[in-house]
Amino acid sequence: MIRVELPQHLRTLAGVSGDVMLEVPPPVTTGSILDALEARYPMLCGTVRDHVTRERRAFLRFFVCAEDWSLEPDDKPVPEAVASGGEPFVVLGAIAGG
Amino acid sequence: MSNVRVLVGTHKGAFILAADGKRQNWEISGPFFAGWEIYHMKGSPADPNRIFASQTSGWFGQIIQRSSDGGKTWEMPGGEKLPEPGPPAGQSNKFVYDTSAETGKPLTTHQWYDGTQHPWEFMRVWHIEPSLTDPDTAYAGVEDAALFRTTDGGRSWHELAGLRGHGTGPKWQPGAGGLGLHTIILDSSNPGRIFIAISAAGAFRTDDGGETWKPINRGLRSPYIPDQTAEVGHCVHHVAMHQKRPGVLFMQKHWDVMRSDNAGDSWTEVSGNLPTDFGFVIDVHAHEPETIFVVPIKSDSEHFPLEGALRVYRSKTGGNEWQALTKGLPQKDCYVNVLRDAMAVDSLDSCGIYFGTTGGQVYASPDAGETWAPIARDLPAVLSVEVQTLA
Repeated sequence: MIRVELPQHLRTLAGVSGDVMLEVPPPVTTGSILDALEARYPMLCGTVRDHVTRERRAFLRFFVCAEDWSLEPDDKPVPEAVASGGEPFVVLGAIAGG
Repeated sequence: MSNVRVLVGTHKGAFILAADGKRQNWEISGPFFAGWEIYHMKGSPADPNRIFASQTSGWFGQIIQRSSDGGKTWEMPGGEKLPEPGPPAGQSNKFVYDTSAETGKPLTTHQWYDGTQHPWEFMRVWHIEPSLTDPDTAYAGVEDAALFRTTDGGRSWHELAGLRGHGTGPKWQPGAGGLGLHTIILDSSNPGRIFIAISAAGAFRTDDGGETWKPINRGLRSPYIPDQTAEVGHCVHHVAMHQKRPGVLFMQKHWDVMRSDNAGDSWTEVSGNLPTDFGFVIDVHAHEPETIFVVPIKSDSEHFPLEGALRVYRSKTGGNEWQALTKGLPQKDCYVNVLRDAMAVDSLDSCGIYFGTTGGQVYASPDAGETWAPIARDLPAVLSVEVQTLA
């Protein structure tokens, strides 16, 4: 199971209180994680990546194992620690405020 | 006795204010969708329990929310998890410009702030206008400017591409807040007729249900564009119409209050004795089609009331002759704005007027503007106000 950590607003939309657990067949990539997320939680379609271009929304970032994967190719396999569920795939909103 | 429900969209969530017909004691519920910008909420005339809300965020994009119980509970139509096998999931927050060969138009460019051409990009829904007759049908005005329609209660939205594609699109330019389609007026006497307005393109009309459109800006004069009387390019802030007087339109433009008696074919200025003809809101009395309301705002950059005094102006003559209404409104040290979708009227015998401010106040008058009182004081900045009169 893949563990996905979402910003609070997306947890509210999805109706979950903690991390989201997803079945993702190998190879586990950023793209396949997001595909599984949107399939399990259709209300999140369009909130993480654009409906048409499938590109990450500008104010969101992806982190795996404390590394920024926002600009990594969608089809690049994530580290084993994430693929095994040991570490979360983190969707992080840009910080707002002063 | 009738009841009144005021739907308030704010910078940080939605609120619903409810009272009986006396409109003295108000209950506030919310915030709904806390932390999100609620550009607009509006109830269906065909089913008052059906309310649509536009929930938007720079981080997470556009969400459409829908209530079927008058705002007590909400759902994302099309975003629900459906049993399998079953109908395919909808995509309520999917607003994609129609570029199909069959029904769409090529996605061209519009004018950017610096005069260069800029690709059309969906940003958010500014205004939702439910059908007058069908609770599952509604129209959405979006940024970058286009008109969408749902016929399945918000599960899916499809562009009426004739508007964006009718030819003047490359001359449309965003106002300071974006290239938003903010006004949608349906005509109960003519189901094929729709009026819309865009900042800063102007007003447009269709007479065939949205297939074809024409600009209706003759008579508008805008000194901030090279051709002051151009066919498009005018910064229309809001337009209002009384359903019993179809074709009589009142417009608050970036500068000037205007009137049309021929469904927008031509306009005449009716600013009259207003202290400034800049402002955003305009609305019509529920029972007196020649009685209109505006809130004059100082200049096109300061965006607060003149002399720190919040005044609603009322004309009982369809414009030109205006009277300041101040009783109960702050008359000193008030520097709030009243945004374009933040005024509405109820339809009780004594017409109620409501407006919200960027300071978070919602003011109500149960007597057509004679007296005012705040019915909410400390909300986030108010983006929109709509009213439902409930039997």
